Amino acid sequence: MEIKVLEGVFDANEIVAKENRGILDKSGTYMVNMMASPGAGKTSLIVKTLEGLSGDLKSVVIEGDIAGKVDAERVSDTGTEAIQINTGGSCHLEAKQVNTALANLSLEGIGLAIVENVGNLVCPAEFKLGEDLKVMILSAAEGDDKPLKYPLMFSESDVLIVNKIDLIPYTNFNLEKLKETVIKMNPGVTIFEVSCTNGDGISEWVEWLKKRIKG
Amino acid sequence: MHEMGVTESMMDVVLRHADKNNANKVTRINLVLGEMSSVVPYSISFYFDMLSKDTVAEGAELNFRTVKFKARCSDCGKKFKPRDYDITCPKCKGSNTEIISGREFQVESIEIN
Repeated sequence: MEIKVLEGVFDANEIVAKENRGILDKSGTYMVNMMASPGAGKTSLIVKTLEGLSGDLKSVVIEGDIAGKVDAERVSDTGTEAIQINTGGSCHLEAKQVNTALANLSLEGIGLAIVENVGNLVCPAEFKLGEDLKVMILSAAEGDDKPLKYPLMFSESDVLIVNKIDLIPYTNFNLEKLKETVIKMNPGVTIFEVSCTNGDGISEWVEWLKKRIKG
Repeated sequence: MHEMGVTESMMDVVLRHADKNNANKVTRINLVLGEMSSVVPYSISFYFDMLSKDTVAEGAELNFRTVKFKARCSDCGKKFKPRDYDITCPKCKGSNTEIISGREFQVESIEIN
């Protein structure tokens, strides 16, 4: 006997993502899901973003890593509350883990929650967390050919931040070619060019984010 | 590691429906997999063999039906298969397009006795 099921395998995750959305709406907290491969500069960009926003609004950071708490400690050093999730081998964060983290944070008066996903260009794109904004970072050192190799991440992101632009003169990275490829895949994407090392482009990103949060 | 978690989620769906229908055995699981989904059938099968042990789904055949990556232009209505993930409309060259298939991973049906 054949039984019709017609149920998405990611549906269970999406139900929890919606629950997260409800929790965040209640406290008026905007959530950003930050995704990139290891070493692209996620934590550095988060630290720079927090510095840029300080005085404007209070933030928290949810750190996802396979193991350790290096990133949470780095963020805590800026004076921002950070909570570490260890996925214990899993290559991405799921809505359930963020749900647990949200339950352990006091969200009252928190304008922004930044989730630093596990360093990976593949799986994090599949899992909604209840975020307002999906941001991906690609560093110049990784090469301009990545969109066609990891299409889902580039198609799904609302924002692409190209980091380490100060290194471009030392590589064969073609910024214009990258932008052209990504815009064809994802016409609605907003692209920023930054260097967390020398600070180039950071204020443009932070000002844009501030406007988005204020809605 | 990704496919193990995904296979667990798939098993949850299958076992819930099997239980609801008082299945003694699940003989076949029909899955719909989008071309652009990052799920690898080979890995799903591998973890399925491991995770289905001692359940009603043990030994079930996994049948994957692949769904092509397709987009549609909201301006001129043209449906097309993007090349190199470029979703610019090939007819009117507009960028007001949306992906209509290729992202799904769904349990379509289960066969039980």
